[in-house]
Amino acid sequence: MDASVILFYVISVLLVLSSLMVVFLRNVVHCALALVVALFLIAILFVMLHAPMVGVLQVLVYAGAIMVLFLFVIMFLNPTASEPRRKLWWGFGSAAALLLAASLAALLSNGEAPADPVTATETFGSPETLAKSLFTDFVLPFEITSVLLLVAIIGAVVLAKREP
Amino acid sequence: MIVDIGIVAVKAFLVLFMVLNLAGILGWIERKGSALIQDRIGANRASVFGFAGMGLINTLIADPLKFLTKEDFVPPEGDKFLHTLAPCMTLFTALVTFAVIPFGDVLVLGERVINLQVANLNIGILYVFAIGSLGVYGIVIGAWASNNKFSLMGAVRGSAQMISYEVAMGLSVIGILMVFGTLELQEIARGQGTLIRDMLPESAGFLRSTVGRLPAWGIFLQPLAFLLFFTAAVAETKRIPFDLPEAESELVAGYHVEYSGGKFLMFFAGEFAEIVTAAGLMTTLFFGGWQVPYLMRDGFHFPWGEAVVLPHLAVTALQVGAFTLKVIFFCWLQILLRWSVPRFRYDQVMRLGWKMLLPLALLNVIVTAIVIIALQ
Repeated sequence: MDASVILFYVISVLLVLSSLMVVFLRNVVHCALALVVALFLIAILFVMLHAPMVGVLQVLVYAGAIMVLFLFVIMFLNPTASEPRRKLWWGFGSAAALLLAASLAALLSNGEAPADPVTATETFGSPETLAKSLFTDFVLPFEITSVLLLVAIIGAVVLAKREP
Repeated sequence: MIVDIGIVAVKAFLVLFMVLNLAGILGWIERKGSALIQDRIGANRASVFGFAGMGLINTLIADPLKFLTKEDFVPPEGDKFLHTLAPCMTLFTALVTFAVIPFGDVLVLGERVINLQVANLNIGILYVFAIGSLGVYGIVIGAWASNNKFSLMGAVRGSAQMISYEVAMGLSVIGILMVFGTLELQEIARGQGTLIRDMLPESAGFLRSTVGRLPAWGIFLQPLAFLLFFTAAVAETKRIPFDLPEAESELVAGYHVEYSGGKFLMFFAGEFAEIVTAAGLMTTLFFGGWQVPYLMRDGFHFPWGEAVVLPHLAVTALQVGAFTLKVIFFCWLQILLRWSVPRFRYDQVMRLGWKMLLPLALLNVIVTAIVIIALQ
């Protein structure tokens, strides 16, 4: 087996394990940290798929900024008592998970491999390639997204500056 | 194959060896330097067999020994696993950043061309920021696992401060990326080997013959960016005047108040390793990296026409030596700063980051863009 295939399986197993830990650990801070590990492992998968830029952004944005804010809030609220198990939600969650698993299984079992798979080149996910497609082919969606983010920032500032 | 892996291993070992030892030496310089500034004698009590003259060497050995033989205390209400993990994360993130910082140009040995950089990534500088953003976890986890209110206060301050200054730090570097047109640190260092006159149009005759003779270092092309980057980098290392996370007069020792022994040593070493990394980044981005002014691959070419031919090994040795000296200079500058200025108030830290550094960095990006377009 190829070394990269072995690496893929090792990382995938770790990824599934850490994702399970996010759901099943009883301590909220431990759950959040397991999620950080999962996000980091996904970043490694991106790097292995010749998309280092996306991988680094994954670490920078999700693991480095958003999860820190999650931890921030968790530590401020400091939920000492573990969450009680809610039977109803367990039922809903299990049903949704089963449904997802069934649809995934159906997709994977009757799906056919594409006739001419495209092999990603070394520069497929490089910053240059990504920037070029962002600022030429996808410039309108890109700008609209940035305006959306700007609106969200202004909204946050307005909410935070509420008069006493 | 095996030789390639061996070369990478040797480079990684050399860089780690240099960074860790420099961090240790800085721990001594910090005490000696503070003594010098405060007109005291400073650390002179570590003696080996009554021989106290070799202050540096003795302290380098005595310091870790002292830490490692002390009791390693974990708060009974704390989280033992995370309490151990936190200092490891701090030290780890501080050490691996140096992997993308080039400490020399290429070294040619026979047929083999060795790039004097541990890992050459085409995302270069983004890797630095990604790893830097993970550095927050060390203090946040450590503080939470200590189950101490002072720790938690320190961590909340620290994480807010680090996230805020990361934004300003990232924006301040954009100007440099625009000038050199790459994210790779080795390419940025190479780009600084030219002269400024190569970037100016033919019509600017006076500028070409005066300013144009300077090497195209980041500090000359992006002086404002350097000031912003320097400030943000000092804030990222959480040292005075930005040491709010540990402010000993308010929070005892902040996020590491419950740490002792070997784990405290890791926090301590991590802080100094961060100083070395910050110095490496300042050198690479703004002071030419391993460049010596007017030194090309085959020797010196001065702008007034003279040339001195040097063998390849001498050129490489000069470059690595120049890089080391520059890094040591910036380490010393950061230590000098710590003992020269008082600590900010927390609202001042936040105001400086968001209302001064961020708008100035944005302005720098816009002005750089205008100048680049005008010169084309």
